[in-house]
Amino acid sequence: MREEWRGFESGVWEREINTRDFIQKNFSFYEGDESFLTGPTEATKALWEQVLELAKKEREAGGVLAMDTDVISTITSHGPGYLDKTKEKIVGFQTDEPFKRSLQPYGGIRMAAKACSDNGYQIDPQIEEFFTVHRKTHNAGVFDAYTPEMRACRSSHIITGLPDAYGRGRIIGDYRRVALYGVDRLIEDKEDQKNSTRTIMYSDVIRDREELSEQIRALKDLKKLGEIYGFDIGRPAGNVQEAIQWLYFGYLAAVKEQNGAAMSLGRTSTFLDIYAQRDLEEGRFTEEEIQEFVDHFIMKLRLVKFARTPEYNALFSGDPTWVTESIGGIGIDGRPLVTRMSFRYLHTLQNLGAAPEPNMTVLWSPRLPQAFKRYCAAVSIESSSIQYENDELMRVTHGDDYAIACCVSSMRVGKEMQFFGARANLAKCLLYAINGGVDEITKKQVAPEYRPITSEYLDYDEVMHKYNEMMKWLARVYVNMLNIIHYMHDKYCYEKLQMALHDKKVTRWFATGIAGLSVVADSLSAIKYAKVKVIRDADGIAVDYEVEGDFPKYGNDDDRVDEIARDVVHTFMQYIKGNHTYRGGIPTTSILTITSNVVYGRHTGSTPDGRKAGQPFAPGANPMHGRDKHGAIASLASVSKLPFRDAQDGISNTFTVVPGALGRETIVISGDLALELDEGCCNPPAQNAEPDYGTAE
Amino acid sequence: MQGWIHSVESFGTVDGPGVRMVIFFQGCPMRCAYCHNPDTWGMRQGVLMTSEELLGRFRRNRHYYRNGGITATGGEPLCQPDFLIDLFRKAKKEKISTCLDTSGVVFPYRKNGTVWEAAQSGIHEEIRGYGVRVPLKDYEELLSVTDLVLLDIKHMDADRHRKLTGHSNEAVFAFMEFLAEKQVPVWVRRVAVPGHTDDAEELLRLGEYIGGFPNVKAVEVLPYHTMGRSKYDALGIGYRLEEVPEESKEEAQKVRERILEGIRKRRNADGIGSKK
Repeated sequence: MREEWRGFESGVWEREINTRDFIQKNFSFYEGDESFLTGPTEATKALWEQVLELAKKEREAGGVLAMDTDVISTITSHGPGYLDKTKEKIVGFQTDEPFKRSLQPYGGIRMAAKACSDNGYQIDPQIEEFFTVHRKTHNAGVFDAYTPEMRACRSSHIITGLPDAYGRGRIIGDYRRVALYGVDRLIEDKEDQKNSTRTIMYSDVIRDREELSEQIRALKDLKKLGEIYGFDIGRPAGNVQEAIQWLYFGYLAAVKEQNGAAMSLGRTSTFLDIYAQRDLEEGRFTEEEIQEFVDHFIMKLRLVKFARTPEYNALFSGDPTWVTESIGGIGIDGRPLVTRMSFRYLHTLQNLGAAPEPNMTVLWSPRLPQAFKRYCAAVSIESSSIQYENDELMRVTHGDDYAIACCVSSMRVGKEMQFFGARANLAKCLLYAINGGVDEITKKQVAPEYRPITSEYLDYDEVMHKYNEMMKWLARVYVNMLNIIHYMHDKYCYEKLQMALHDKKVTRWFATGIAGLSVVADSLSAIKYAKVKVIRDADGIAVDYEVEGDFPKYGNDDDRVDEIARDVVHTFMQYIKGNHTYRGGIPTTSILTITSNVVYGRHTGSTPDGRKAGQPFAPGANPMHGRDKHGAIASLASVSKLPFRDAQDGISNTFTVVPGALGRETIVISGDLALELDEGCCNPPAQNAEPDYGTAE
Repeated sequence: MQGWIHSVESFGTVDGPGVRMVIFFQGCPMRCAYCHNPDTWGMRQGVLMTSEELLGRFRRNRHYYRNGGITATGGEPLCQPDFLIDLFRKAKKEKISTCLDTSGVVFPYRKNGTVWEAAQSGIHEEIRGYGVRVPLKDYEELLSVTDLVLLDIKHMDADRHRKLTGHSNEAVFAFMEFLAEKQVPVWVRRVAVPGHTDDAEELLRLGEYIGGFPNVKAVEVLPYHTMGRSKYDALGIGYRLEEVPEESKEEAQKVRERILEGIRKRRNADGIGSKK
């Protein structure tokens, strides 16, 4: 066994690239509480002060502090960058200084140039010329192939947010491999893969060989990136500090190369804990030192920045990077994958303060250890910065070494990737069904010229029949647009470093998405259970609706409408599946517009549920604002009826509560008087703070 | 059986332990100056729902309520005793935790020596006017299927109580006594309204009073807020506490401390648990 692996339990992972096997053989499940954690060191505090100062300057400068305009970002494009070299235990920035955004033109030169000019910078004209005339970008490729129908769909916003001008993201490299194996071994492995492709040069074999060569080149660059900062990451990491550093170099290389919509980190905490545990046992580092490494690592992740346009930021309500890290979950052997490192990661929200990035995501299961659940709750209350996802659902499909890309997309790390697919506006699609394919705002014929509905009142069966036909059309155009996009992304903006940290054979999820589900469900419910009168303009286009009478509304645990929502998801997914997908991608869909629902609503006319033109949709699978009348559980019950099988890429429900609605503050309530008064005063001394009031289930 | 229901909150976290389905009964004889649900006052309004319907809703989402249950509040649930008993009886059959949030003001019995006899007061006439007659054994049955009572003691002083709510507090004390006799766990509640229900001397009296009941398990102080204010305008009812500010958390904490002080005083005097 290699020196760097001393003390580790051996296994298949030594002979093949197999991070999961390494974790399963070596991790130490931690059942205790947070009392072992340590606070921020002086160095951490000083560095974070520096970051806050820079962040302030960035805000004052209008959102961007510095931008590259003449250096194209590659893995090795920049010299080292530091906040304060003497204090940083984990190093590396995307450019040669913190807060400077890099120039990434491969997704689309216009977007890159606009991101600069909108922020008051001017891209080097030579670079602009080069990427316009001499080197094609992803964006240019896509628009070469789009059909007129596709362009019409795009500009009428029935399909929106497509990654045709920016990086698709939603790919997670297995950055842990860099730490466990060292880059040299990974290169060897990729060489073997290249040498073992089929030998008859079909186009897919040629593509494989070219991609593997690209991957090998990226790994060689990654090694150089280590050298730039003075590390030899050709060999495996020898301790926890190195393991974090190596892993971070892997991630850093990815964000230097790709400005993806979501550049997620993976599931790294339990992996790193194996190194921390060994260092603690061997006396190499103290708990305080290990927490400091983690704090500095997380600090770096908070400082990942991309050059983006105001429109992009408007769509996503901010400047998100989606550095999602998945924590916890249960192993398929039943052992919770909770370690001390899971606590240390969450603890950064206390040591450095609350922050939206990295997007700490706890893979939740009722079987997680109680102390960990309590700590999650405590940190949530303090920071409002933890996302929770249902491990029980996802483990079934993805096993126990999956991670979340972006906010809900689950994939096995290093084994599965996703073709990100934006959203189809199902509410607008309903209006197209009513108007025979004419856009209700632009009055242009966007969809095929199907017969419009001409009656004064809408008939449910007629609407459903036409809606199904229109969804079938929409699914076809949508999937074909995505086919073009992903073909071109692979061709002109291939994620060579991230894919180098994947197996040779990768499962590709072909993600689609839908927006406006609750609008559709309520509209169809109104048509079915109330009377909906159509208001048409002078051109005979239905532009508004009058609802007469009441109708069941999605979000109240009412099967009459919840089943409509369920059927719409299922039907649309069936239509999606009926299409050919690029590279054998497995179709999935998501219902997860978290912020863009506002933009989708703005571009959609009045709908038969009484929603007026331009009004926002509800986010994700949420009920429409104010229509859920029976509180959170009834609302969640409606959402939970949506079939996960048909929406495996995720269903989101944005749930906001005032803290007071989650229970009284401990200070004002007493669960048990015996605790408040002198011990033994009125009841036998209580063993715990659970109220003793009667039957507990 | 059917009852008049104002609304159902499926995610209640502040009316009893755990996550609870909170059923707001329609109708209340009290006219508390600070009431934040004036829309629940009117009798025989709202929607008619069966206990089976309500329990059906509970069952569908039962896994959310593992550490909770149902809470009947309002309005005054005791204004619809038959329906309340029916609901709680069925709930207990399914081992669902039941919690009653009440002011106790309609309890129509008084203890005379060792015997409970019918009380005579205006409020009971009013309730009987709605055809509600509750035999003592019905109250006994109700409490046998009630796991916890949240008893809102609005004021210790009879006159102040009357001014604040429109009714005497005599029945509240009688109900407290009845609950003690039946050994039903009680959480005492107090809405702290600045200048109205946070008088230090009265709070001490409240503490001393409830300190005498071993079935009192907790004290909850709810700081007065004005979130119900807009409902008054919508209903065209005058708001009596126009000038009163909201109660701060700090003040509410002091109110609670004061009540606890009274409890301690009483329990020490009674020699309960003063073993130290």
